[in-house]
Amino acid sequence: MENALIIDKLYKAFGRDILKMDTDSDILTVMVSHPVIHEVIRFLKENEEMNFTFLTDLCGIHHPDRGLPLGVVYHLHNLTENIRIRIKTFVTVADPTVLTITNLFSAANWMERETYDFYGIIFQGHPNLKRILNVEYMDFFPMRKEYPLEDPTREDKDDRFFGR
Amino acid sequence: MTDEKQYTTLNLGPTHPATHGIFQNVLTMDGEQIIDAEQTIGYIHRAFEKIAEHKPYYQITPLTDRLNYCSSPINNIGWHMTVEKLLGVKTSKRIDYLRIILMELARITDHLVCNSVVGVDSGALTGFIYVFQEREQVYEIYEEVSGARLTTNMGRIGGFERDLSLKAVKKIRDFLDHLPKVLHEFEKLLTRNRIFMDRTIGVGPITAERALNYGFTGPNLRAAGVDYDVRVMTPYSSYDDFDFIIPLGSQGDTYDRFCVRQQEVWESVKLVRNALENLPEGDFHMDVPQFYLPPKQDVYSKMEALIWHFKIVMGEIAVPAGEVYHSVEGGNGELGFYLVSDGGRTPFRLHFRRPGFIYYQAYPEMIRGGVLSDAILTMSSMNVIAGELDA
Repeated sequence: MENALIIDKLYKAFGRDILKMDTDSDILTVMVSHPVIHEVIRFLKENEEMNFTFLTDLCGIHHPDRGLPLGVVYHLHNLTENIRIRIKTFVTVADPTVLTITNLFSAANWMERETYDFYGIIFQGHPNLKRILNVEYMDFFPMRKEYPLEDPTREDKDDRFFGR
Repeated sequence: MTDEKQYTTLNLGPTHPATHGIFQNVLTMDGEQIIDAEQTIGYIHRAFEKIAEHKPYYQITPLTDRLNYCSSPINNIGWHMTVEKLLGVKTSKRIDYLRIILMELARITDHLVCNSVVGVDSGALTGFIYVFQEREQVYEIYEEVSGARLTTNMGRIGGFERDLSLKAVKKIRDFLDHLPKVLHEFEKLLTRNRIFMDRTIGVGPITAERALNYGFTGPNLRAAGVDYDVRVMTPYSSYDDFDFIIPLGSQGDTYDRFCVRQQEVWESVKLVRNALENLPEGDFHMDVPQFYLPPKQDVYSKMEALIWHFKIVMGEIAVPAGEVYHSVEGGNGELGFYLVSDGGRTPFRLHFRRPGFIYYQAYPEMIRGGVLSDAILTMSSMNVIAGELDA
């Protein structure tokens, strides 16, 4: 199955909800608008020609300088033809909600919890959306770019000569 | 009195010897039978992904050591290959073969630890002692190659920091000669042992369909009968030069997982031997001055080498913007690195696809309805490693 075929099928099925295609990176990357993400993943999994039946990875990403800063990145794998695809969707910080895909892939359960834990993305319909690696009383989402790695008030460490 | 049944809650972990790591299972028990289970993880979460966003690329290798610490070289080399993929560096055959040797040695230790621990948890301590002696030999090889034993920080972006020494070659050869004897002995103790078979066959099974849905990879998936191996599916590091078998199970139970791992050890022995015998001549590192430290005598005598040395050590190297996903067949499944660079000196985003984190979700489903002693065997045969769970 060629990339062109996947692109064609996706455009036919979702039209304007497909925001961007990138065939230059290592894996075909498709950016879709967030209301249709569940439908796109379902289409890729259940359409017989697509057959992306394996969820390799699901993770969050934060681009603070963009209009839609918070993203979810899905890596799907068609194991019979050995094709991978990367799906991205972006949401606002004010309303970071996407539909869960736990009903399609059981594997998504913890991956979505991890994404919620670190980025605060809320997966609607998730059976048990609570923090997984961090403590439950944490009141921020540590992988967002505005949270520094170290205590910013620290004075014993001065790196300014190296531009950071 | 009500007719309602009373269930017992049992905490297995966080520091229970049978969990072989720090994570907790809260079991709901009806007598000896497990009704339900819930896992609590995160006890050794070290925020590697956040730290990685603040470290120059070469300083991320030691973080990967600590994911699956039973097979650190695979993690190290997987990370190096990810960066090489982003930079577009093509490594020479010698580097590829050296990497295969070290990765397969790591796979051997990983599988030996897992399988011998399955033996221990079923009450057979002897085999564990046998194979741990062999594991020690591999650690001495690591020591010869990288200077470290457990957290190896092995290799560099673009190759290796030094060539395989004669002493290391001899150690590998000795190991390859000695291991089959021990493996046979180990298998004699367990594989057709009536008690062991009764304890493991049909214990903690999972169907191929459920395993795929749960994102299983590695020996756990292959034990369920799906022949997915990253080494064959998307060959990296010249794995396609070699001929090896992907062992498959059919039931997806503890016994199949044990047998698949055991067979994979034999295949790895073959791979190491082949790679060592056909090791091509050539350089042990590629020409990537931005990442590969120049020889020390040059640093003291040549301006350019001094500049590169300084820039590398201070992490002043800007990496071209891009986005890659690279995966290797780790000790217990597909270990993936999703790397996004924005052109800075540190990754913009780095996500580790840890196989253990993903397949451990299926644990409650696999032990439901079974008894407690079976649950412990199931866990050790899944090879759940706390470092990998928590990142």
